[in-house]
Amino acid sequence: MKFGVVVFPGSNCDYDTFYVLRDVLEQEAFFLWHKDHDLKRIDCVILPGGFSYGDYLRSGAIAKFSPLMKEVIEFASKGGLILGICNGFQILTELGLLPGAMLRNKNLKFLCQFVTLRVENDKTPFTHKGKRGNVLRIPIAHYEGNYFAPPEIIQELETNNQVVFRYSDAQGRVNEEANVNGSLRNIAGITNKQGNVMGMMPHPERASEALLGSQDGRLIFQSIMESI
Amino acid sequence: MRVRILVSYKDSVLDPQGQTVKNALHTLGYNFIEDVRQGKVFELDLEELSPEEVEKIIPEISDKVLANPIIEKFSWQVIDKS
Repeated sequence: MKFGVVVFPGSNCDYDTFYVLRDVLEQEAFFLWHKDHDLKRIDCVILPGGFSYGDYLRSGAIAKFSPLMKEVIEFASKGGLILGICNGFQILTELGLLPGAMLRNKNLKFLCQFVTLRVENDKTPFTHKGKRGNVLRIPIAHYEGNYFAPPEIIQELETNNQVVFRYSDAQGRVNEEANVNGSLRNIAGITNKQGNVMGMMPHPERASEALLGSQDGRLIFQSIMESI
Repeated sequence: MRVRILVSYKDSVLDPQGQTVKNALHTLGYNFIEDVRQGKVFELDLEELSPEEVEKIIPEISDKVLANPIIEKFSWQVIDKS
């Protein structure tokens, strides 16, 4: 399977993601420069974490005007699989490929820590290897991950089962205490209506080897690998 | 010509930065302050454009780039006509 990892100026999880795909999971992986106009016939686009364009203006706000994003939007409209991690999630919302927006964390702190997530939807190409109710241990590292959308959009997300992950405690209980950044409904990851585009704030590429404390992130990459 | 654009969170969106500033002001004894909203200011120097063009272009730029309409609102004014 061919993965393409998009590189923006300021991306800093691009190599981690590339390394997990190529060296840990032994897949074909390519970097896609944001100024290119070619997705190189890949099967899945990954928008990695980082601080594209220094996150000036707003997180992801300038990255959305990168030339390659035209191809990414077209790829999405044809049903291509796209995963946005952290800054990648922020970019997907700015692009309009996913609904909502990110506010600063409720405590105004940059949060860099392991969190636990409950799998809410196991029917997506990104989670079908898991089961609804599974709890994944994956780290977050962000300042603006406080998911927000107007009430009618939140309702739509819930009705269509577009919420894929929620911040939970280790037992899978979704409560205020587990909601580290203040996201509405503890939302940590969502898909678009069609289910082929997913954004998540936690970093699965940082939880793909036992040496790093957790391999739970592999579930996401392996689900993608087995859905093509 | 100089245009000033003010971008801030919509009233329906919680503004934790504004809340923190408000709390700090309360700590200093300014308890009559009921709320604080924090925003961003952009000042754009423009070539000579007709008032109609400015009316059209500034909201366009604000909606497309400077503000995220899901969470933010904007207002603008011409601050220097020369």
